[in-house]
Amino acid sequence: MTANGGSSRSVSASDPGGSRSDATMTDNAPLGSPRVDNAVIKSRDLDVYYGDDQALHGVNMDIPERKVTALIGPSGCGKSTFLRSINRMNDLIDIARVDGDLYFHDKNVYDDDVDPVALRRKIGMVFQKPNPFPKSIRDNVAYGLRVQGKDDGDVDEKVHTALERAALLEEVEDQLDSSGLDLSGGQQQRLCIARAIAPDPEVILMDEPASALDPVATSKIEDLIEDLAEEYTVVIVTHNMQQAARISDKTAVFLTGGHLVEFDDTNKIFENPESDRVEDYITGKFG
Amino acid sequence: MSQPDFSHDGIRTARGKAFRYLFMLCALLSILTTVAIILTLLVDAVDFFAEISLVEFLTGTRWSPTNEPVAFGVLPLISGTLVITVGSALVALPIGLLTAIYLSEYASERRRAYLKPALEVLAGVPTVVYGYFALVYVTPALDTFLPLSTFNALSASIMVGIMIIPMVSSISEDAMSAVPDSLRQASYGLGATKFTVSTSVVVPAAVSGIFSSFILALSRAIGETMIVAIAAGQTPRLVDVTDPAGLFLNSIQTMTAAMVQIGTGDIVGQGEAYKSLFAVGLTLFVITFAMNLVSELVASRYREEYR
Repeated sequence: MTANGGSSRSVSASDPGGSRSDATMTDNAPLGSPRVDNAVIKSRDLDVYYGDDQALHGVNMDIPERKVTALIGPSGCGKSTFLRSINRMNDLIDIARVDGDLYFHDKNVYDDDVDPVALRRKIGMVFQKPNPFPKSIRDNVAYGLRVQGKDDGDVDEKVHTALERAALLEEVEDQLDSSGLDLSGGQQQRLCIARAIAPDPEVILMDEPASALDPVATSKIEDLIEDLAEEYTVVIVTHNMQQAARISDKTAVFLTGGHLVEFDDTNKIFENPESDRVEDYITGKFG
Repeated sequence: MSQPDFSHDGIRTARGKAFRYLFMLCALLSILTTVAIILTLLVDAVDFFAEISLVEFLTGTRWSPTNEPVAFGVLPLISGTLVITVGSALVALPIGLLTAIYLSEYASERRRAYLKPALEVLAGVPTVVYGYFALVYVTPALDTFLPLSTFNALSASIMVGIMIIPMVSSISEDAMSAVPDSLRQASYGLGATKFTVSTSVVVPAAVSGIFSSFILALSRAIGETMIVAIAAGQTPRLVDVTDPAGLFLNSIQTMTAAMVQIGTGDIVGQGEAYKSLFAVGLTLFVITFAMNLVSELVASRYREEYR
């Protein structure tokens, strides 16, 4: 891979400092109620391109603090792209380019003075396929602490706390020094969640975290996500609509071609969406 | 109703068999050659050891196959090889590894597409060219600030090191590129810098391949003949741990160079001196074979680790 630490976008934000964070989203606003109070993350006219292909078209959305926000939609709708633009993981793709603004606490993360490394320390991430390091369980959880220089004091205690929050401690307490790869798929994913929360980020991004797991493991992860929302802002991409309905407070529906069509309370989206296309998608008529 | 005809086609079957045996023959050829070489080495070495005891050969500290009084202690030659190997390792392992990290983690895809083949060209340079380059350019350049002999281990080691850099970097880079991207993503996602991702995730996960590249490169350095025969001289010298600088600044003789000297000299086709060639050759073979074995073992031991 040819990761690029710096931003590769060609057009930089025109006014750094975040003064436009309250910019109206009249032109490009999705249906529903895209504005929320206590928003931690605000996306304004966010476009993402991969080479000549535009993967996201002018996304406007607010993500509320300490809630679970689900991003749903058919394959290729841009939901993962949006997720990965929040912590600038798209920077790692050479051909990815971003236009528009994305505010985290009213700071545009695409400003020139933002170091994506520092940003990612505030915004943790859990991936689709469990990806523990080929290290011990303890070292997996402690990895972020070490990387971020938070390994002063009692690392073991922090590891225990993180494993406990990730509902994994009981199962692995006696084998902290065995490899993380020896765990089952569901345990590995909870290990990855523990790893993500150990350095205590504010936001946790989850990219279809349960799609590679069996139903029992999935339900454990879902319970865990609801618990995590008490302390963290959780943004989760899922292609499983029942999952979104079960665990999320807000739901964003992306449809073909990278358009955010509707954003609202999850109940509203699933019971009475404004958009006919969203209703068709929710009821399984397409996608 | 007639059944379709699926019966054997004699010509097709025969052709299939012919190709099968042709391919097998080719595979056998290299195996047979290897076996023949080992047998030749063994037979002549056994002949040699009938006259010079194995103990004397392995523990003797003087190597003088032709000049009276003759002595067949292989230790000075092993010392010479060791000096070249260590010297070239000091050059090639760090540079090769860092090059591999650059190519795998830092270079853009386009740049890597040019750099990697360019680097591999180094491996295609005939070693005799490296040898004369060491003798004609490297030694005079070093001589401006070091008390060097005309033939010395230092410039030979440097040149051997440069020769094996592509081996280290290319094989290590392959190993690093094979590390699943998901591990890099996990590390970046936790706020790691590129340097941390490289050193704490990619290199450890690729360690078996990196280790293999080291061993293969060192085996190559141990077996390297032309560069050392040209640039390092023909003076068998035992390692003197109290004077490591002296080892590098002066002329030494490696096992390979000693074999060249015996093989190209006016020694009659028989006699101890001539037969010692095979004893040294066998020693060399055993050392490199053991190293390749270790490399295989280590590689398979760590390979399972992340797959």
